[in-house]
Amino acid sequence: MKIGFTLAALLSFGLSGCATLQQDNHQTNSTNNGKAAVHEYQLDNGMKIFVKEDHRAPVVASMVWYKIGSSYENNGTTGVSHVLEHMMFKGTEKYGPGEFSRIIAENGGKENAFTSRDYTAYFQRLHKDKLETSLRMEADRMRNMKVLDEEFAKEIQVVIEERRMRTEDDPESLTYETFSASAYTTNPYRHPVIGWMNDLENMTAQDIRDWYEVWYAPNNAALVVAGDVDPEQVYQLAKKYFAPLKPIKYITPPKPQQEPEQKGQRRVIIKAPAELPYLLMGYKAPSVTGAKEEWEPYALDVLSSVLDGGNSARFAKNLVRGQQVAASAGAGYSPFSRLDTLFLFDGNPAQGHTMAELEQAIREQIELVKNEPVSDDELGRIKAQVIAADVYQLDSVFYQAMKIGQFESIGLDWRLSDQYAERILQVTAEQVQKVAKKYLVDDSLTVAILEPQSMSAASGKLPHHAGERH
Amino acid sequence: MRNHYTQLTQLIISSLLLLGSTIAQAGPEIQHWQTSNGAQAYFVPAPELPMVDIRIVFDAAGARDNIPGVALMTNGLLEEGTADMDANAIADAFAAVGAQFGASSHRDMSVITLRSLTQPELLDKAISTTTKLIAEPSFPKASLERERKRMLIALQGKKQSPAAIAREAFFTALYGDHPYANEATGTEESIQLIKRQHLTEHHQRYYVGRNAIIAIVGAVDRQQAEQLAETLLSKLPAGKTANPIPEVTSLKRAELVKKAFPSSQTHLLVGQPAVKRGNEDYFALFVGNHILGGSGLVSRLSDEIREKRGLSYSAYSAFSPMRERGPFRLGLQTRNDQADEALKILMQTLEEFMAGGPTADELIAAKKNIIGSFALNLDSNSKIVENIAMIAFYQLPLDYLDTYTNKIDAITIEQIKAAFKRHVQTDKMVTVMVGGEE
Repeated sequence: MKIGFTLAALLSFGLSGCATLQQDNHQTNSTNNGKAAVHEYQLDNGMKIFVKEDHRAPVVASMVWYKIGSSYENNGTTGVSHVLEHMMFKGTEKYGPGEFSRIIAENGGKENAFTSRDYTAYFQRLHKDKLETSLRMEADRMRNMKVLDEEFAKEIQVVIEERRMRTEDDPESLTYETFSASAYTTNPYRHPVIGWMNDLENMTAQDIRDWYEVWYAPNNAALVVAGDVDPEQVYQLAKKYFAPLKPIKYITPPKPQQEPEQKGQRRVIIKAPAELPYLLMGYKAPSVTGAKEEWEPYALDVLSSVLDGGNSARFAKNLVRGQQVAASAGAGYSPFSRLDTLFLFDGNPAQGHTMAELEQAIREQIELVKNEPVSDDELGRIKAQVIAADVYQLDSVFYQAMKIGQFESIGLDWRLSDQYAERILQVTAEQVQKVAKKYLVDDSLTVAILEPQSMSAASGKLPHHAGERH
Repeated sequence: MRNHYTQLTQLIISSLLLLGSTIAQAGPEIQHWQTSNGAQAYFVPAPELPMVDIRIVFDAAGARDNIPGVALMTNGLLEEGTADMDANAIADAFAAVGAQFGASSHRDMSVITLRSLTQPELLDKAISTTTKLIAEPSFPKASLERERKRMLIALQGKKQSPAAIAREAFFTALYGDHPYANEATGTEESIQLIKRQHLTEHHQRYYVGRNAIIAIVGAVDRQQAEQLAETLLSKLPAGKTANPIPEVTSLKRAELVKKAFPSSQTHLLVGQPAVKRGNEDYFALFVGNHILGGSGLVSRLSDEIREKRGLSYSAYSAFSPMRERGPFRLGLQTRNDQADEALKILMQTLEEFMAGGPTADELIAAKKNIIGSFALNLDSNSKIVENIAMIAFYQLPLDYLDTYTNKIDAITIEQIKAAFKRHVQTDKMVTVMVGGEE
């Protein structure tokens, strides 16, 4: 349950060719269970456009997604995608620093942007009548961003403060960072989305300009609009503003950087001022993009729900309420990422219990799912929750747009997100047991342990980089 | 008729001011009735999706605590057992029908939420489980002991967060003897004192019809909604409304609370008790604060502290009106060695704003944003149910949402200046700084 932060995108409060409409570049896809169709278009410059109608309220969520994130980055400039995201609010040829935000605000809009391992996205939520403003402004900054040295000098300090807040001063988040860097050897998910502190301290305005030149273009972007709109009108508006933009000639996808097979358990200890010990465990696991068997990621997903799908799942029942060995215990896995991933466990021991006991208890739960198929009742409950969640998610216009963008950006067909519930429903108890046996094995396990150090400020050394400026 | 006329007049005047934007925006039509045991029920139909959101709020939260932590524990332990179900059975019952049950409790409100599909065989089961645990919780002793331990761990965990420590110190300094001084989670000392009897007493006193509001949004009709409200609360006695909570006294002098912490950043909070819900100055304060520090990157505080100087990732201010006077606070986090500089600029920005008020351009921009984004606050069932529960709990007029944009539009620079003068005294503010060495 706590694992949220590990899977979440790094949110930053902005804080964070001429196409003609041909049969070919417009597809409408209705799916089953009465969900609204997604209208799909592509401009001649390669930019994709997705429109999903939701007429419940006179609002629109408009997002521009770029296929670029921390997993594309190189040693020495980690965090550059996220700093670039910040600089996108700092002006273009036409607009001064901060003007983007002021114009959106004056149009009644709420905006933000976020950077993750696999993508960077910019969004505005607006009254439906104001969509054009958003598209005009996003089109402008897609190709015309201007990085001023003096603006960069200030903004990099803001990002460094952000890193201090999110990571340096948060022992569990610090543990997660070290954990990821230990679990992965070559897989670029080893780098934090916000970047290593030393890389941020040595970043230059030119790094941002270079990165922008390589990745920000219509042929590496998708526009997703959801809300009270007419798809054809959205397409015409998008065409007006984005079609004139020039594509990049060559977009060189990053090398595979495939992780070598892990041959033995890894254990790391993190010492930081803290009160609570914290345990993180991760097993190498495939995502849908890397899975050899199509059903496996969905079976892993069901497995994570068996263990930690809310209050009726095994961890809550057995570890928190039953044995009372955990004050909190979580399991987490997401099938949808560009590269292979980890099946995670985390927790804090309950009062009077040790980290060793907590780890042992989690391992016993893992052995249990390997040795015995999950019961029909358990599986039934998980499926009932997935069916319901499939309806509940339609309550958020934003989330509907978010999902399309996310899938598209990691190189998956958005239709796959619509089929998610269906695929989960097909998972059998036998398959859950199979993936548990196959992937939750010691040799591919990494364990990180936070060992709390004294909290007294006098003994707490300030991190060495405090006070540095460049 | 009169209402319509007034609205129309305002619409015309406002339109001139905002160069043609639409001002008067209606909220959803809120239906209201009373259940047989005196609970106030509110309903907005939302037929589009086959689901329903229910929010029940009891005036039974931290402000009612004699022993801090009792209210939170009472609300949290509802799902630990009933006469015929234990915690596992309750959790299974919700999961089996895909329903999402939630319980939370802060200073004013103890909240129960239920989201369910509307298919009768699913909804009925979710409702019957919720009904039982609201009215007949068994508060098992073993659960209390376990949750007591977990609470202590949670409290210990807070001690490793400079933000949490700052927040706690801030409320303590602002509210002194007033119940708002306490965190809903209680303290390590108070948690030890809680007995099962405290929970049953708290439940008997406060989980009663006249002390409850229920808000329903979803694909049900009025008759079904009435039935839902009646069923959910039917087993509760009518009881009595909770007594008023004490008034909050104003701070007499400025206070600086500094705490050392092994962090690279100092978390800074400045503020004082300000307004309660329903205060006539609220709209002026809200619009003013939007300009000062309530609108993200485009606010003055963010501009001065983040955009111009790169001192902090976030710099903000907010009024949080509550049943009694909730806090006005300004906050930021910055590298320890520049905390004093950041504080200076924060105070300068506030004082300049207090003295001069917003500019005419700032006011127009703020109104355009608040009015233009009105629909965004009501674009989902979950937002609507939250809004109407807030309106109901604080007994705001039922046309609160309908008149909202007009009220925003009517605010003047002078009103903002006067309201800030009445509710903010920069020489009597609490300043909390947590981080670095002493």
